[in-house]
Parts: sequence; C-alpha cells; structure tokens
Amino acid sequence: MSSQVSSPEITHAPEHASGTGRIWKIFWVLSALTVIELALGYLLYFQHGKWSYLPVISTKLLIAGLTLAKAYYIVSVFMHLGDEIRNMIMTIVVPLMLFVWFIAAFLWDGNSWKNLRNTNGGSRPAKTEQHSVPAVDKHTKP
Amino acid sequence: MSTTAIPTNTKWWNGGRSPFNISYGKVMMWYFLMSDAFTFGAFLISYGTIRFSVNHWADPNHVFNAFPFAGHANLPLAFVSLMTFILIFSSVTMVLAVHEGHKMNRKGVEKYMILTILGGLAFLGCQAWEWTHMITGDHAVLVNGQIEHWGTTVTRNPWGPEVMHNGQLISTPGPIAFGGYFFGITGFHGFHVFSGVIINVIMYIKTKLGHFDQRGHYEMIEKAGLYWHFVDLVWVFVFLCFYLV
Repeated sequence: MSSQVSSPEITHAPEHASGTGRIWKIFWVLSALTVIELALGYLLYFQHGKWSYLPVISTKLLIAGLTLAKAYYIVSVFMHLGDEIRNMIMTIVVPLMLFVWFIAAFLWDGNSWKNLRNTNGGSRPAKTEQHSVPAVDKHTKP
Repeated sequence: MSTTAIPTNTKWWNGGRSPFNISYGKVMMWYFLMSDAFTFGAFLISYGTIRFSVNHWADPNHVFNAFPFAGHANLPLAFVSLMTFILIFSSVTMVLAVHEGHKMNRKGVEKYMILTILGGLAFLGCQAWEWTHMITGDHAVLVNGQIEHWGTTVTRNPWGPEVMHNGQLISTPGPIAFGGYFFGITGFHGFHVFSGVIINVIMYIKTKLGHFDQRGHYEMIEKAGLYWHFVDLVWVFVFLCFYLV
C-alpha cells in the first residue's frame, strides 16, 4: 500500500484492502436498514389511529435503533474510525456519551411540561391548546 | 481491516509521537465534527422537547406526502426516501474516492469526486423543491371561524388538530414551532451539504491540478470525506426525527 504517513510521529497507515468489496457491502447494509425503516414507517402510517400507545412507541424505538445501527456503520466503515487505534476511538466516542443524558433529560422535561399544561398545574397554559372549537379525531368521527 | 503492525508495548503518551496515531489535521477534523454533532444534537433535542411538550404535532406522513410531477398523489415518505438514497450513494462514491486516493490513482479520485459532487447537487435540488412546495403549497385552515389558505412557514403552521366545520373536517393552526424547527434544522443541514459540495469542488480542482500527487498523499481527500460522511450521518438523524417518527 502507498504511504499515507506524512509525519514521523505517525506509524499507523490503515491497511486498506485492495478491493472495494467491503464498501459495497456496507452500502447494501445501509440500504437494507433504510428499507426496513421505511417499511416500519409505512406500518405506522397504515396503523395510524388503530394502534394503542405501546405498539406505536415500540415501533418508533425500533426505527431509532436501526438509525443508530446506520450511524455505527457510517462512522466505523465509511469514516474509518473503526480502523483507528483505541485511543482515537475513545477520544471521539466517550464525549458523545453525554448524549445519553442529554436526550433523556430533555425529552423527560418536555413530557413534564405537557403534563403541567394538561393538568393546569402550570402557570402559563399554552396558546395552542386553547381552541374554542372542540378537537375531533378524524378516525372516530361520527 | 487491520492496522499495520504496531508493537504491543508502544508508549502512546510518552511524547515524540501522536498518541492517536493519525495526523494533526485529521484529529482536528474529528474534533470539529464532534462539536458539530453536539450542535445538531442540541437542535434536534430542542425540537424533541417542544414536540413532547404539546398535545398535537403535525403528522409527517400528512405533511411530507408530495412528489415532483405527481400532482396531488398521496405518497408519504417517497420523496424523502429518494433524498436519503441520494445521500447514501454519494457517501459511497466519496469513500471510493478516498480508496482511490490510497492507491494514488488520480483518475479514479477525479471520477468519484465528480460523482460525489453530483450527488450533493441532486440532494440540494431535492431540498429546494421540498422547501418551495412547503412554503407555496396552500392548505385550508380554520382561523377565527374563517377558512384561510396557508403555506407552511416559520410563522404559519396549517397542520394543527382537525375540527368539524360546516360538516367538513378542517385543520386549525398548529404550534408555529413546527416550521421554525423544520426549516431551521433542514436548512442548517442543507447549508452543510452546500459547503460540503464547495469543499468537494475545491478538492476536485486540487486533484486535477496534481497538488496531491506532488504532496505524495491524498490525505486532504480523506478530510473532505470525513466532512461529507458527517453530513450523511446528520441526515440519517434528521430523516428519523422529522419524517419517520
């Protein structure tokens, strides 16, 4: 392989396979994951209003999980992070762990905000909830 | 893929070498992308917080159901899937360009950079169409007892809860945050795609001029590639948060 080493401080040159088989394999994996996501998206669309909360939220979480799998393949293979040494992987991945708290805390907060509005526990009820006309769910119309 | 042989007892932190064993430029590109990930993450989490806090949010299958030249056909998810595949494919051509760069094959790098640039432009064209459709398309909305026709903008959201009005189901105005978040986040992502295309064009010109052959390596293509893959990575999450769930 050609030299990618541009400095004496670096001894690491990713040993890229001579073929492009791995790249195309990951392309098909990403495409397949996207197709599964779309199938689940259409499932949600066709079951809209028919499913209870639990199957809807489970399907959405499953789609989110597939998205994380796509992110893993893009970062690990296309961005070659998986080929770097452990020090490099950790300096990127460990700070991103902050997202775990970030997502959980803020979505929890949003949900709490909604509960306050609906129970009139908040001091500032949202404008959008104050329609003078009663909301009718289109799937249960008379 | 394995790395070239590194002695097992290498003292990474004793100085005189890169503890991450990659060049300074690539480390800094990774750190930039990490900070950018937090920026996008903050936007998307803020959007999620607001969406969780209201009782009604626009149904993406209802809002994003149009396709160019398909008239008023109801095609949920179709156009955005096309955009997703365009971006995944341009990511593949980018990684192929990096691969050709490792082999010092200038012609190959040129070919795949052109394809990547075309993919980026195709994505931007799709986004321009989608935005135009959102802003100019009009939807009947019941405002103070009167029916008005609204497009989706940062100040108007015609996708609120539906009510019965003179025997017909009609939407009421929804939270204006919808347009703000949609145009704000897809716009910020689209601007990243745009700057990525500019960077790729510069890389193509530099390849064409033989700068990387003179330098002896194609590492700049790798750095541009990191940025381009990041743009694809962000789109994966935008696709999830705005269109799928």
